[in-house]
Amino acid sequence: MNSRAEPLIIVAPDDGIPAGDLLMDVKNVSLSFGGVKAITDISFNVRKGEIRAIIGPNGAGKTSMLNVINGFYTPQKGTIVFRGEERRAMKPHHAVRQGIARTFQNVALFKGMSTLDNIMAGRSVMMKRNLFWQMFWHGPALREEIEHREKVEEIIDFLEIQHIRRTPVGKLPYGLQKRVELGRALAMEPSLLLLDEPMAGMNLEEKEDMSRFIIDVNRQRGTTIALIEHDMGVVMDLSDRVVVLDYGKKIADGTPDAVKSNQNVIDAYLGVAH
Amino acid sequence: MVATVSAADMVLDTFPKYLLRNAERFGARPAMRHKDYGIWQSWSWAEQLREIRAFALGLQALGLKHGERIAVIGANRPRLYWTFAAAQSLGAVPVPVYADAVAEEMAYVLDHAGVRFAVVQDQEQVDKIQSFADKIPQLAEIIYDEPRGLRDYSPAGLHAFSTVQEKGEALMKADAGLAGRWEQTIRSASGDDISIMLYTSGTTGRSKGVMIKAINAVNAARDTAEFDRLSERDSVLAYLPLAWVGDHYLNYAQGYTSGFCMCCPESAETVAQDLREIGPTFYFAPPRIFESLLTSVTIRMEDAGWLKRKLFSHYIGVAKKYGEAILENRPVPLSGRASYALGKFFIYGPLRNVLGLSNIRVAYTAGEAIGQDLFSFFRSLGINLKQLYGQTEAFLYVTVQKDGQVRADTVGPAAPNVDLRISDAGEVQFRSPGMFSGYFKQDDTTAETLTEDGYVKTGDAGFFDIDGQLKIIDRAKDVGKLTSGALFAPKYIENTLKFFPNIKEAVAFGHGQDFTAAFLNIDLQAVGNWAERNNIAYASYQELAGHPQVYEIIAKHVDETNLRLSQEPMMAGAQIKRFLVLHKELDADDGELTRTLKVRRAFVSERYAPLIAALYDGSTEKFIETDMTYEDGRKGIVRATVRIMDAKVYPAVQPVREAAE
Repeated sequence: MNSRAEPLIIVAPDDGIPAGDLLMDVKNVSLSFGGVKAITDISFNVRKGEIRAIIGPNGAGKTSMLNVINGFYTPQKGTIVFRGEERRAMKPHHAVRQGIARTFQNVALFKGMSTLDNIMAGRSVMMKRNLFWQMFWHGPALREEIEHREKVEEIIDFLEIQHIRRTPVGKLPYGLQKRVELGRALAMEPSLLLLDEPMAGMNLEEKEDMSRFIIDVNRQRGTTIALIEHDMGVVMDLSDRVVVLDYGKKIADGTPDAVKSNQNVIDAYLGVAH
Repeated sequence: MVATVSAADMVLDTFPKYLLRNAERFGARPAMRHKDYGIWQSWSWAEQLREIRAFALGLQALGLKHGERIAVIGANRPRLYWTFAAAQSLGAVPVPVYADAVAEEMAYVLDHAGVRFAVVQDQEQVDKIQSFADKIPQLAEIIYDEPRGLRDYSPAGLHAFSTVQEKGEALMKADAGLAGRWEQTIRSASGDDISIMLYTSGTTGRSKGVMIKAINAVNAARDTAEFDRLSERDSVLAYLPLAWVGDHYLNYAQGYTSGFCMCCPESAETVAQDLREIGPTFYFAPPRIFESLLTSVTIRMEDAGWLKRKLFSHYIGVAKKYGEAILENRPVPLSGRASYALGKFFIYGPLRNVLGLSNIRVAYTAGEAIGQDLFSFFRSLGINLKQLYGQTEAFLYVTVQKDGQVRADTVGPAAPNVDLRISDAGEVQFRSPGMFSGYFKQDDTTAETLTEDGYVKTGDAGFFDIDGQLKIIDRAKDVGKLTSGALFAPKYIENTLKFFPNIKEAVAFGHGQDFTAAFLNIDLQAVGNWAERNNIAYASYQELAGHPQVYEIIAKHVDETNLRLSQEPMMAGAQIKRFLVLHKELDADDGELTRTLKVRRAFVSERYAPLIAALYDGSTEKFIETDMTYEDGRKGIVRATVRIMDAKVYPAVQPVREAAE
């Protein structure tokens, strides 16, 4: 009945890939909708344990790229190798099973449910008991729920959202909703976490908090992160490597410093006189 | 001094001795609770002893010695409270420091106290301390409670709380006699050792380190715990700043002497929920917390359905009429008792439950003046809310109200075993069991604070009311005199005015003048509400403040204030003769208020000198131009013609020479 001496820390599942090795390799991916080419022949990779940013002006294809990774779109061309396995056509829930979790540009939570229930929902993929057991909520299902609840409480503690544990998320300010969404993604114990504009619409203080959480997730839990973000300051500070897209094409790839001084990137962001 | 005694008949003059006694006597009873991972974790006195012993032995191994100072920085967490007892068990002096202090203030305190060890909550505090590490070269070891984010820090001089405890455990395993020797050190410790050093918050100049001897601290805590009949069956929620004397006294000191259970909230934001879950029996909150509780209740009732609203207003009326009388066991007609019982079922019970005040046996408020209505509201619900007056130098209690003899406008008679007097200059002075034994490294200041016969000067002006209760009127240095010789206590007058919800701020003038005059600020929310209900259109604060009907309302409030003042023999001479409603709100951005929203008297009188002159030269209105800063930082000028009104002055009630003293 005593409290634990040290918090258990959920870590990314050990998939046998040492830090620094390739976790995901995107090769020559192209995606088009009818005649519109969203992504053209893009290749980049994500190494285990890094924070990888995907940036680019509006309409550059960033979110499409994320949707491809997460199985929502199936590219017409190219391959994605995740954890050494080449991926075939699949659905988002397959991606979840493989260890990919994501957050959305526009918060996508269950607004009427509490913070706790939303994060618990993130654990549902891991629940082994079937609906029958869960309905009776007794014996093995109860034990399982307690186990999951413990993990969820760790996440709540980690993200410092104890005070809103029971609050319906629809009532929460935007910044906190984003944090709850991050919590739900973390609940899946992903080996790759995709964040779609985690700081969009936040004020400076909220951005600082969110940056700290992202760094902590990465450093303490060893979770590999790929994120899309508009705030250049944030991207340059947070990420280990940056890939830059423009009009569906990759125009640069490298460390933040290298990308910052790349002429193509400067042109894409500031525009060029034609 | 006793060298070796068994636990049963040892003289209880330090807190670690109480720890041993409590572990023996209340071994299985809860001593500490902390909400962690959504669940209340608890430790019995026996378990708490084990935690503290392991940590103390670990600290000893790290080199903490008798007489050394050890800083404690962070929120209310079990491990930080254990640090107090662990340090005291080795004869070291814990120095709690305000966790939200800016780096520079914290550096000053840590340096001044000469701490060699610091036990802190988390990364934030470690970062803060390391940012000024060069200023405090004597600080050798930092121990942290929460390891989060500290993984990549250089391990030199940085330890996790749990590692220090593990070290202590390991040493105990290796040396069977170690634990016994540790207990022996506690038993043979002297009550004359310094138990704790509390730094004052430093509103007037640099913080000072107030040293309290163990025996004084224990005696004071025992007196007041007895006074309120606190026992091991009580519980408190420890949510006030760790470094504040009130938290240390009410929770730690009283907790050890009476053996009650201290509960630590999950986080600062969850205090209200945690309070509801714990339902403590003893509670302290400053007036502003009670005020915000009342506001939230009022707002939620306004949004409730009509039936609930009706029930609420009916039974709050009943409570107003009979509640306090029932609480104080005064005679109440049977019908009144019956309605009150119904009200308790429908309203008071559920309301107290929502507020987390269901089990309260004793509640205190202190720190600033509390309005009569606010005070009565909580008492009428059956909550035994009382007032006390205290100081860090007294180790809290100077005066305290007895059950059944409670008033909103006084702070009670002297606490048990406290000698209290009013000096010829009107200053409150005391001698108490918990009295401090000096400011650390500041003997001059200590000497200045003490009178020749050993009383402590509080710096507060006050007087004894007819029934012997102390009334604090102001800081002694702010109290002046009118030309008539009548006492002029600006804060007292201002507080009386500010108890009206329509008056947000007041500044009284009168020192060296013929009469008292006042600037007033209306409360835009309260008066705005009234205007809305009465179809009064206004475009700005300035327009509303100058509205004739608003002036009428404010005049009524001033009139009532004068009536109240006239009933105070000491204050009757300083009734408000003339007043005006300011054309702009006093604002911290304009330098008129401090950041903690206290009026900067000197600045205001300089800035509005023409208006003050007009108050005293008999004119009925005055044109004024004032610079102001808008919320977005733009500057502007407000021009206004401010009306000045006269107020009626009441004859003083027959002065009764103070009965007490």
